[in-house]
Amino acid sequence: MFDWAFINSLGPHQQFLFFSTLKVVGVIAMVMPMIAYSVVAERRISAWIQNRVGPNRVGPLGLLQPLADGLKFILKEDFTPAYVRKVYFWVAPAITMIPAFLAFAVIPFGSNLGNQRMVIADLNVGILYSFGIVSLGVYGIVLAGYASRSKYPFLGGIRSSAQMISYEIAMGMSVIPLFLIVGDLNLSKVIEYQANNAWLVFYAPLSFAIFLVSAFAETNRLPFDMPESETELVAGYHTEYSSMKFALFFLGEYANMIAASAMMVTLFFGGWTLPFFGLDKPATTIPMGLLHIVIFITKMLGFMVLFIWVRWMLPRFRYDQLMDLGWRRFVPIALLNILITAFGLYFKS
Amino acid sequence: MIVKRRKLTFWERLYIPAILGGFKVTIKHFFQKKVTMQYPEEKWTVPQGYRGAPYLVKDPEGRTKCVSCQLCEFVCPPKAIRITPPGPAGDPNAGNVEKSPKEFDINMLRCIFCGYCQEVCPEEAIFLMKDYSLVGTNRKEMIYDKEKLLSLGGTHDDQIWKWKNK
Repeated sequence: MFDWAFINSLGPHQQFLFFSTLKVVGVIAMVMPMIAYSVVAERRISAWIQNRVGPNRVGPLGLLQPLADGLKFILKEDFTPAYVRKVYFWVAPAITMIPAFLAFAVIPFGSNLGNQRMVIADLNVGILYSFGIVSLGVYGIVLAGYASRSKYPFLGGIRSSAQMISYEIAMGMSVIPLFLIVGDLNLSKVIEYQANNAWLVFYAPLSFAIFLVSAFAETNRLPFDMPESETELVAGYHTEYSSMKFALFFLGEYANMIAASAMMVTLFFGGWTLPFFGLDKPATTIPMGLLHIVIFITKMLGFMVLFIWVRWMLPRFRYDQLMDLGWRRFVPIALLNILITAFGLYFKS
Repeated sequence: MIVKRRKLTFWERLYIPAILGGFKVTIKHFFQKKVTMQYPEEKWTVPQGYRGAPYLVKDPEGRTKCVSCQLCEFVCPPKAIRITPPGPAGDPNAGNVEKSPKEFDINMLRCIFCGYCQEVCPEEAIFLMKDYSLVGTNRKEMIYDKEKLLSLGGTHDDQIWKWKNK
């Protein structure tokens, strides 16, 4: 049996290092299976919406499908076309994948377990950090398009960059009212505020609407999957990729979705809190702490289902319509939203 | 023809009615009965007159009906059938019953399931049955010989017992 007593013999810095490592490993261990099962959920839900059954052969109810998928990706030939720019071609999948995971660092996924806060890095500028990191993800896609040196990936990369810029701005502006209301950029504080008052989606529904739509664009999900758009660009930016390198893009997309869901839950839906049964106070016992994590994950899965559902519901936007929506609708609306919130707060105080 | 494009109202331009409509449609289909057939367990009922794999049949007395006339071999467009006739000797135990083939091979990889063999057969000895999934692990296995064809074909329920009193 592992001896936990040695933790007390560590200095505060060593303890911090130890618990942070533990949390990082824990989060990744949670997120990886979630990604795997989101893929299954995606396939199953799409099937049900299309009056089909979906993958149900591997294991009971098809629940071992991720294993089969993973095995397939590993065993496939990893083909690198002769004409690609090798270095970028290799780097691009990693650049897509890593920011998606880094974004989890600031998200409070629970209250506490014991006396450990359930957030990897409780940054004072949490939201700025996550915006900064998430927008790095576009580099992977653009780089993949550039490195592939063929027309369809290139078009995908170009689309991706243009789309990212137009939605990033609206997205960033849409959360400003939240921080006007809360008065802090720390995500833990945002949750605390929501626990004491009400979920921010009720204070700033317009912010939520813009954030939600931008999140779809940010994660390249339909109706905004311009970089990929199978019907137009073969497979968009990852046309030339195969095997594990393709799988990394795939994982990155789903990790992004989970990160975006986690972000929305944290910002608008009270994070790990529930407004009844006293579940909005930081946990004092271990089971309560675990329950908070479960609540957070449940809320997150709700958004995941929404992401998946919408994909099988709406057709892809035309490229110019998408840009139009981003620049000429959302940016002004978001600006107006900031103004309204600011005036509202000014007159209230 | 000029199609009049109706100007969208403000409400419609918000995309919201379309999105709500989409949710309605998809959730309806989500709970509908699924149309998928779980193939190896469930199979579709093969319709009458379906042209599956050609097999040889026996008559109700258990004799091979094929008389080795080789018409099917001749008519077969992809040359999938190969018949080795018994030669001048024939089978001494068969009495007045006509000769039967020494070997009768159908290469199921060549067969195009056209049904010409069944149509041309004067003895009603070969029929396109209802088998549609023929599998084998190598090419040789997909060449069905006489014994295999006869066992797969089974007995044909004849109206006229041609050899009964011969």
